[in-house]
Amino acid sequence: MNLELVVFLILAVAAVASAILVITRKNPVTSALYLVLNLFIIAILYLFLRAQFIAIIQITVYAGAIMVLFLFVIMLLNLGDDRLLKWKLNSKRTIALLLGLALLGEILYYVMSFVTMSGLSPNSESMGTAESIGKILYSNYLFPFEVTSILLLAAIVGAIFLAKRRISEGPDGE
Amino acid sequence: MIPLDYYIGLSAILFVIGVVGVLTLRNAIVIFMSVELMLNSVNLALIAFSAYSGDPAGQILVFFVIAVAAAESAVGLAIIIALFRNKLTVNIDEVNVLKW
Repeated sequence: MNLELVVFLILAVAAVASAILVITRKNPVTSALYLVLNLFIIAILYLFLRAQFIAIIQITVYAGAIMVLFLFVIMLLNLGDDRLLKWKLNSKRTIALLLGLALLGEILYYVMSFVTMSGLSPNSESMGTAESIGKILYSNYLFPFEVTSILLLAAIVGAIFLAKRRISEGPDGE
Repeated sequence: MIPLDYYIGLSAILFVIGVVGVLTLRNAIVIFMSVELMLNSVNLALIAFSAYSGDPAGQILVFFVIAVAAAESAVGLAIIIALFRNKLTVNIDEVNVLKW
């Protein structure tokens, strides 16, 4: 058992534990902070897989921008109320848990039956740098990259439109 | 060396935790967080396959998934704010206007 495998197993257990804590905590702020922890652990696993650029993107975009947006909305809506998240085991939830376990069994069965690769590919060493990702992104994948900018523009306009306070609703504004 | 199965197994476990969260929770914001968990587990599987097969297309795909996730969370949280403004709740059991 080499050191890399030991570190991987510790990180995997921490990732699973923080994911379970995300969906079982009563306070949404606590859930969000555990999700940040989970995202950081996965970023470390990306470094194991020599994907440096994606690891940094994960930390800045996901753990930075998206989670700040989540925390901002939670605190804007003042959701300290924990009645919503009482995790009582009723019949619907038991069915959901059993279906989840069945799904896990199916995925693991198929994964274990066909996956055989045991080591990193030799050219993965230089594959994850910003230079090589940028070269491919701006040549082979230029059109999807440009379409992404239109998607982001649509998301910005949509988010502002949805969250905007309707001023002309009644005779006296609100 | 870590076998590829370990990464795919971890990714499957994280995905199923996200599925169970979506199915059982009642708070719309935490359901969104479960969706982010699922997106992340898929990203992990893509990066693992990309690194083990030596094909950079997987990392490009993860880049696009992260961009789409950012757009999705911005629009989704705006919908939650609009919902809270109209119904004063984020409990999805109380939002049943579209229920037949």
